[in-house]
Amino acid sequence: MNRRPFDPRLLRRVPAARRDLAVLALLGVLAAGLVVAQATTLAALLATGFEGRVDRPALAGFVATVAARALLIWAQGTVSARVAATVKATLRTELLGAVGRHGPGWVAGQRAGQLATLTGRGLDALDAYFTGYLPQLVLSVTVPLAVLARIFLADWSSALIIAVTLPLIPIFGALLGWQAQAATERQWRRLSRLGGHFLDMVAGLPTLRAFGRARAQTEVVRRMADGHRVATMKTLRIAFLSALVLELVATLSVALVAVPVGVRLLGGGLALQTALLVLLLTPEAYLPLRAAGARFHASMEGLAALDEALTLSARAPEPPRREGAAAVPDGRGEIRFESVTVEYERTTALRDVSLTIRPGERIAVIGPSGAGKSTLLGLLLGFVTPTVGRVTVGGVDLADADLDAWRRQLAWVPQRAHLFAASVADNIRLGAPGTPDAALAPAVRDAALDEVVAGLPDGLATVLGERGHGLSSGQRQRVALARAFLRDAPVVLLDEPTARLDTASETVVLAATRRLVTGRTALLVAHRPALLADADRILRVEHGRVTELTPAPVGEAAR
Amino acid sequence: MNGTPRHPERTVLRLARPYLNRLVGAGLLAAGTEFAGLALMATATWLLMSAAGRPPLDRLTVAIVAVRALAISRGVLRYTERLAGHDAVLRLITDVRARVFATLAARPAPRQRAGDALSRLVSDVEAVQDLLLRVLVPAAAAVLVSAVAVGGAALVSPAAAGALAVGLLVAGVALPALATALTRRAGAELAPLRGALATDAVDLTHGAADLAAFGATGYALHAARERAGRLARLERRLAATGFAVDAAGVLLSGLTAGAVVLTALAAGVDGVLVGVLAVGTLAAVEIALALVGAARQWTGLRTGLARVAALLAETPAAPAGGGAGVEPGPHAVRFEEVTVRYRDGAAPALDGFSLDLPPGRRVAVVGPSGAGKSTLAAVLTGTVRPQGGRVTLDGRELSAYRGEELPRAVGGLLAEAYVFHASVRENLLLGRPGAGDDELAAATAAAGLLDWVRAQPAGWETVVGEEGGQLSGGQRQRLALARALLAAPGVLVLDEPTEGLDPAAADAVLRSTLAATPAGHSVLLISHRLLGLTELDEILVLDAGRITQRGRHADLVEAPGWYRDQWLLQEAAERGYLALAP
Repeated sequence: MNRRPFDPRLLRRVPAARRDLAVLALLGVLAAGLVVAQATTLAALLATGFEGRVDRPALAGFVATVAARALLIWAQGTVSARVAATVKATLRTELLGAVGRHGPGWVAGQRAGQLATLTGRGLDALDAYFTGYLPQLVLSVTVPLAVLARIFLADWSSALIIAVTLPLIPIFGALLGWQAQAATERQWRRLSRLGGHFLDMVAGLPTLRAFGRARAQTEVVRRMADGHRVATMKTLRIAFLSALVLELVATLSVALVAVPVGVRLLGGGLALQTALLVLLLTPEAYLPLRAAGARFHASMEGLAALDEALTLSARAPEPPRREGAAAVPDGRGEIRFESVTVEYERTTALRDVSLTIRPGERIAVIGPSGAGKSTLLGLLLGFVTPTVGRVTVGGVDLADADLDAWRRQLAWVPQRAHLFAASVADNIRLGAPGTPDAALAPAVRDAALDEVVAGLPDGLATVLGERGHGLSSGQRQRVALARAFLRDAPVVLLDEPTARLDTASETVVLAATRRLVTGRTALLVAHRPALLADADRILRVEHGRVTELTPAPVGEAAR
Repeated sequence: MNGTPRHPERTVLRLARPYLNRLVGAGLLAAGTEFAGLALMATATWLLMSAAGRPPLDRLTVAIVAVRALAISRGVLRYTERLAGHDAVLRLITDVRARVFATLAARPAPRQRAGDALSRLVSDVEAVQDLLLRVLVPAAAAVLVSAVAVGGAALVSPAAAGALAVGLLVAGVALPALATALTRRAGAELAPLRGALATDAVDLTHGAADLAAFGATGYALHAARERAGRLARLERRLAATGFAVDAAGVLLSGLTAGAVVLTALAAGVDGVLVGVLAVGTLAAVEIALALVGAARQWTGLRTGLARVAALLAETPAAPAGGGAGVEPGPHAVRFEEVTVRYRDGAAPALDGFSLDLPPGRRVAVVGPSGAGKSTLAAVLTGTVRPQGGRVTLDGRELSAYRGEELPRAVGGLLAEAYVFHASVRENLLLGRPGAGDDELAAATAAAGLLDWVRAQPAGWETVVGEEGGQLSGGQRQRLALARALLAAPGVLVLDEPTEGLDPAAADAVLRSTLAATPAGHSVLLISHRLLGLTELDEILVLDAGRITQRGRHADLVEAPGWYRDQWLLQEAAERGYLALAP
């Protein structure tokens, strides 16, 4: 696939950068004028210097143009850095926003490490593109035109040779560049994979050690790195070769111009000042095109990241769930699954499930692992949408519902809660960031978290590492429980809440769970029998089908 | 850790020693390239200005040939220089990547965060690459060519050479120093924001479900957006000062050229040579200005380099330096009055723990969480060293064995077993490299995962997601268990092997696991589920690091105490459940 040096989606997706991009183009025009002015004054200075005297106005003009160029370089750099910063900030926000918008199911399929690489280092590669390549791209249009015009005025025959040879640069560049482009793209993919692979290896180091494989795995890392080297050298050989060819083309073209100029100078048919002007300006005509070509390779990483970011953040527009004001389901209403089937890529998680949950009912869900229990909760959370059938709450189809408003009426304790690199208190008040510390105490107590907190160096204010580093899995689960307690929602979804607690603390948590589910609708996935005692009904999920283990209440038997 | 080395560059150069010839060659080629460029402009100017004096053509022949040769050799030199430099550096990088991983692997317990490690390998290691390619090689070339240029100018006019030298010193020393100071300040301001943003990315991707369920996505996004905006504002502000140095560089090249022309004319230098000096000066200053870029790069790289150097300075513990090897097959383990304290003054995690585990014996350790069960497993596998007492394997202390060898004798399913983003087969082979399909099938069957594997279109090659994300919790557990069974150490440690499985599956898996353990191999089973332990030779009840009860299930269940209470509670609840099953 051929990628353009400027992605037009950028203008549409990052409107804030439009004005600065226009300024950048204008500065490019000014820069071209100054290149011509500097060469003209220098030629005059040297021509008079040849006669042994100083042309004071030319000297002043030369210094003035140099000063103006300095100012322009500064402006170009500053403006292009502004563009880079704006674009990066916008794309970062959009990428992370896409993760939030598309929901957890979308992220699970994507390699999270890859996304992290992209939002961090990947997008920083745009700096090289915007501050290095893009201004050069503008110059590669404006400078050759200005130089051609100036030389045409001074010596039209030289201008003619330049006009004929100049297109050779982009032609050769394109011929050689395509190869390099494909190769760089492959290399970028490899690099992200290497990043993901290493993260995986380091995260699994304790396991590698436990099998005595940590050192042996070093060989795997070396192999991956060596593969990276071989692939990179392959790319570079082509990329550098194209630079060499372009340089030779430019050099030969300059020679084509210079030889007749020299001959005419020898024959007295040309003034020295004109000859010097042609000599000084001609290389300038070829330089920006080559420089842009050279930097194109260097900035391809940025372009690849840009493409990935724009594609990722744009893919799959939000499902059209906005017809007027989206309906808000009432958590105190009846929850119905109507012939729901959920199919994933590889498996069918639920088959034709019909189910009614009355307000205030406590329902336990049991079944072998992988049977579809978590999918049942995922449907209610709105993470999973039915392939066939629908889920309604108080008569409102969740597919049309305002999911945020619905989730506000839910408290959820997942199997593996994600803890954030923030204080324990902030992790608990995830759903209600404004909650004062003092108001957390009951939730902390109810989740049997108080003894854990007491053992932490700064209590509730203790800041956890990335992904909750610093707490054991049982302790993390209690934080998740505390989150749910604080939520105080009419519907509670618990996915194995006590899976990581031993019997002693399980008793404590169970007592609190009982308090939590009182007066609320609760759906409890359970392996531990201790959780079943209080359930009004017990459902068994097996092979994607749901069966009732308790006699259905009278009203439901008719269905 | 030896702390941060003061000169990370030296560490890098030490590592670069095997590739030194290639690097020096690349540096000389770079200098040659730059010199050819400078000489080309100077000669061409001389040629043109001499031609204006209409000399006979043969006086110009040498210059004409020189111009052609210089023009072509510049391109060829550049090509070979870049290839040679990159090749040398990439070879070095492969070494560095492997060594960084080896160092991390040799550490007793990795304390750093995963995100940090990622940035460490992918970008810190590239700092090493950039240090050589973008700093040392071009800087050396620039210094070399500057010296040659001043020398050449001095042959024409010492005064002009003086002016040129001043300009080159400003371009090559003062401006780079200024750029370094500015970049350092910018880096110090940018780094914390960039780090925080990376953490935001991890939280928003890995924590997407939690955020969505608690309606906190908006809040987290807002915080991340705010940070991205702050970063952008900072980057814009820093760019304004940063590019002032580039502007100064352009100004400097013009001023130096002007000064050289004036001094040369004042010194009565021939007009043709004044032209040569002027054009040569412009080219030379531009070459020296490359040092500004190099200085900037270098400053940006220092933090990364320091981290890499600190890592590399940790000499990985000698892998084979003494220590006994381990034979596969049965082993005898003894705990003698083992005491473990994680912090001074803290309650002991294990308190005078003694246990005899001869070959073939199967022991369960039960007890409330925090009783010291996982510490026991950690001590047995050598990851935690006891402060008191000793643990022996076949009569020799555990520490007498080589760290790499010990897992062949003692190991299994430990807490938070990791499932790699790789195929099912690769995950399993970690337990026993080179195992055949039959062995894989046997271990997977015992863990109750074989049917699932067979149902997958890709079978053993099914790739499981990041951290095993494509698997359910139970499947992940079964995969980790199968891996442990495949490893089949003489002393099998099973830390909560049926965690996340429902009771019926838990019973079946525990039974098949024990059945799959070869005769003569001993088992240390850690569990808080008491059912299914009837067949074990001994059960220990651990509380606050001490053994409070021990015996066979039949005895313990008769005696009053923690075991009996818990067993009754669990059994009652579970029987209720089982009775409910149709």
